[in-house]
Amino acid sequence: MLSYLLFSVTIGGIYALLALALNLAWGGAGLVNLGLAGFFGIGAYATALATGAGLPVALGLGIAMLAGVLAGLAITGATLRLRDDYLAIVTLGFGEIVRLVALNERWLTNGADGLSGIVAPFKAQLGVQGFNQGSALAVTALVLLVWWLLRRLDASPFGRALRAVREDQELAAFAGKPVLRLKFQAFALSAALAGLAGALYAHTQSYISPDHFQPLITIYIFLAVTAGGLGRPLGALLGAYAVVIFLEGTRFLAALVPGIEPVQVAALREALVGLSLLLVLHFRPRGLLPERIPPAPKALP
Amino acid sequence: MDALLQALVNGLLSGSLIAVPAVGFTALFAILRYPSFAVAGYVSVGAFAGWWVNTRFGLGAAPALVMAFIAGGLSGLACEMGALRRLMPSGALTVSIASIAVNLVLENILRFVFGNDLRGFDLPILPDLQWGGVFIGVQQLWNLALAVAVVAAVFGFLMFTRFGRAMRAVADNPDLARLKGIDPRRIAAIAVVLGAGLAGAGGVLLGLDTSIDPMTGYRVLLSVFAAAVLGGLGSVPGAVVGALVLGLAEELALLAVPATYRTAVGFAAILLILTFRPRGLLGEKAV
Repeated sequence: MLSYLLFSVTIGGIYALLALALNLAWGGAGLVNLGLAGFFGIGAYATALATGAGLPVALGLGIAMLAGVLAGLAITGATLRLRDDYLAIVTLGFGEIVRLVALNERWLTNGADGLSGIVAPFKAQLGVQGFNQGSALAVTALVLLVWWLLRRLDASPFGRALRAVREDQELAAFAGKPVLRLKFQAFALSAALAGLAGALYAHTQSYISPDHFQPLITIYIFLAVTAGGLGRPLGALLGAYAVVIFLEGTRFLAALVPGIEPVQVAALREALVGLSLLLVLHFRPRGLLPERIPPAPKALP
Repeated sequence: MDALLQALVNGLLSGSLIAVPAVGFTALFAILRYPSFAVAGYVSVGAFAGWWVNTRFGLGAAPALVMAFIAGGLSGLACEMGALRRLMPSGALTVSIASIAVNLVLENILRFVFGNDLRGFDLPILPDLQWGGVFIGVQQLWNLALAVAVVAAVFGFLMFTRFGRAMRAVADNPDLARLKGIDPRRIAAIAVVLGAGLAGAGGVLLGLDTSIDPMTGYRVLLSVFAAAVLGGLGSVPGAVVGALVLGLAEELALLAVPATYRTAVGFAAILLILTFRPRGLLGEKAV
C-alpha cells in the first residue's frame, strides 16, 4: 500500500510538471499542444539513451530538455505564424509520429518491447523502498521549484508580454512586442518542461515503452489544466494531482460495478475522463482556481 | 515499372476512401470554423452502424453506407448541439479541445458495447483483376465507385440545392449570409449532419477495405487532416484533391520506407504544405 501511494505521488508530480508545461504554453501564450505526450516521450527516450550510453543522470535530464526544445522548434517552425488551429493539428500529428518512431526504430528504441534497466540514481544505496521514497520526494521538490519559477515568470515582463500576445496579438505587435519570438520562446520552454517530465518518468520507473506515451496522457493533462484553472500555475499543479486521484479512484469504482468485462471497465474509465473534460469546460470553464488578473495601475491625472 | 503503376493505382483507390471523411471534416470546418477532432468518433460510429446492418440483416454495401451516413450525422448533431455549440463563445480552440473529449466518449461507448476486436464486413470475397502486372481488387473498385458516388452527391447538393447554396454562402461570408436572411443555426445543423454523416460513410468505406474497431476513426484522423490541409482547410474540392494527392504520396513513399510509416507521410505532407503554401492547394488564407 505504501509503495502504491509513493508511486501515485511520483506520477502525480510528473503529471504536475506536464500540466505546468501545458499551462505555460496554452494558459500563458494561447498555444495549444496536443502532442504533449510526444514531448514527454522524447524526453524519456533521450535520457534513457544518453544515460544508457554512460552519461550521468544530471546530463541526461539536460539532454531530455534540449531534445524537447529542438523537437518543439522543428515542428512549430512553420506553424506558429499561422492560425492557432493549425498548431493543434500539427502537434496532434507530432504525438503520433513520436510513438510511431519509437515503435519502429528497433535499433534505437527496442520497439514495442521498450527500454528496460534505465539508470535509477542511488537505487543501490537506498534499496527499493528508499528509492521509491526518494523519487517521490525529489519529484515533488522539483515540481515545487518549477512552480515557484513559473510564478515568478508570470509576474515578469516576459509573462505579461505573453499574456498580451494571448489576448490580442495584433495589439501586442502594435505595442512593440516581438509576437513570434515570444511564442517560440513560450513553446520551447514548455517543450523543455515536458521533456524534463519524461526524463523523470524514465529514471523513476526504469522502464519505458511506446505504450507509456499514449495520446490519452495529453487529454489527462488538458483535463488537469482546465479543471485547475487555465493560466494559473497553482491551478495546473493541483489539477494534476486531482486527475491522478480521479484516475486511481475510478480504478476502485470499476470494481464496484458487477459483471462487466475488463475491456468495458477500461472503456468506462476513459469515457469518464472525456466526460469530465466536457463538464469542466461547460460548467467551470475557468477552473477551480481562476486566473488572477491584476488590475491595471490607475492612470495618472 | 509495374511496382510504380501498382502504387499509383493503390494510391488513387486509398485516396478516394479518405476523400469522403476529408470532405466531411472540411465542410464542418467551413461552417463552424474550428477543426473538429470528433470526426474520428463519427467515422467509427458510422463504421459500426454500417457493419451492424450488414452482418445483422445481411444488407449490402450501399445500404450500409446509407445507414452509416444517418448514424454518423445523427451522432454529430447530438454532440454538436449537446456538447459543443454552447462552447463557441469561448473560442475555436476551446471547442476543438472539447471535440477531442467528445471523440474519446464516442470511441469508448463503441468499445463498451462492441469490445476491441477487429470486425469485418460480411460480403462475398471477390477475386482480384489482373491487368498487365497490376492487380486490382474488385471490392476496391466497388469502394471507389461508392466513394465517387458519395462525393458526386455532395457536389450536387452544394451546387444545385437551396441548402447547399446557403451553406456555401455562409462559408464564404457569414455576416453577409445572415443579412440575406439565411438562418446560421439552421445551416450549421445541416452542415453538421452532412459533415458527420460523410465521416460515418467514410467509416464504412474504410471498413469494407479492411476491418473495423473503435479506433478506426482515430487511426485515419491524421490522414483526414492531411487531406483537408493539403487541399486548403474549408475547401470541399480541395479536400478531394488533397485526399487523392495524399493517397498517391503515401503509396509512392511506401516504395522507399517501411509500410508502418504510412501515417508519417500525412504528417510530413502537413508540415511541407504549411511551410510553403499554408493556404493549401485550393484554399483560402491561413494566417
